[in-house]
Amino acid sequence: MQIDLTDQPIDVAAVLAAAESEEAGAVNAFIGTVRNRSEGRRVVRLHYEAYPPMALHQLRRVAEMAQEKWPMLRKIAVSHRHGTLEIGDVAVVVAVSTPHRADSFAACEYIIDTLKEVVPIWKKEEYEDGTVWVAAHP
Amino acid sequence: MNINIALFGIAREIVGQSSLTLNAPVGQSAAGLLADLRHTYPELAGLRSLAVAVNNEYAADDVVLHERDEIALIPPVSGG
Repeated sequence: MQIDLTDQPIDVAAVLAAAESEEAGAVNAFIGTVRNRSEGRRVVRLHYEAYPPMALHQLRRVAEMAQEKWPMLRKIAVSHRHGTLEIGDVAVVVAVSTPHRADSFAACEYIIDTLKEVVPIWKKEEYEDGTVWVAAHP
Repeated sequence: MNINIALFGIAREIVGQSSLTLNAPVGQSAAGLLADLRHTYPELAGLRSLAVAVNNEYAADDVVLHERDEIALIPPVSGG
C-alpha cells in the first residue's frame, strides 16, 4: 500500500499507477476536489490542516481494515493534501485494485468514507466574508 | 506531572495557541483532561465532538495519561 500526505499538488496519475496490478482487472479511484459552493455560500478557497504523524498512522489503519474486509484487494494507494487549496484543486485521491470491479467500488467507498470519519485532517472554508471550520459545531 | 497537548483546527483557535503544557495529577485520564480543558475553555464544550489522542491513537475515556505520551486534542475531523 502507498499512503501519502503532502502539501504539494497531488499527481493523480501517479496515485493511479501505484494502485495498478497485473492481478487486477479493476482499478477504482475516488478523487476529491475543492467545490466552489458550500451550503449556499460561495467558497473562495480551502485551508486543510493535518496532524501528520497521526493522520498517516490512521490512514494506514483504514487501508489495513479495508484489506481485511476485502482480502482480494491487490493494491491500495491514498494521497491526501494539506495546506491552502484553490477551487478545483485535488484534495484527496483513493485508488484500489481488485480482480473484479464490484469489490473495487465497495473498497474504494469504504476507504474514503472511513477516512472522513477518523483521519485527523481539518478543513476550513474561506468565503468572501469569513471562514468556518467544517463540521466543527452541531 | 507536566503533559504537553498538541492542538489543531478549531481547538487551536479556541485555545489561542498550537500547544499547551499542563500540570496534571498522576493518573489523569483522557476524560479528566477533557473535563479540565472544557472548564478552562468553555467554547470547547460547544464542539460537535472532542477526542483525546495518545501516541497517534484515539484514547478511550479511561486511558491514563503519562508525562512522555504524545497527547493531542482532536476536534471534529473534516478531511477528504
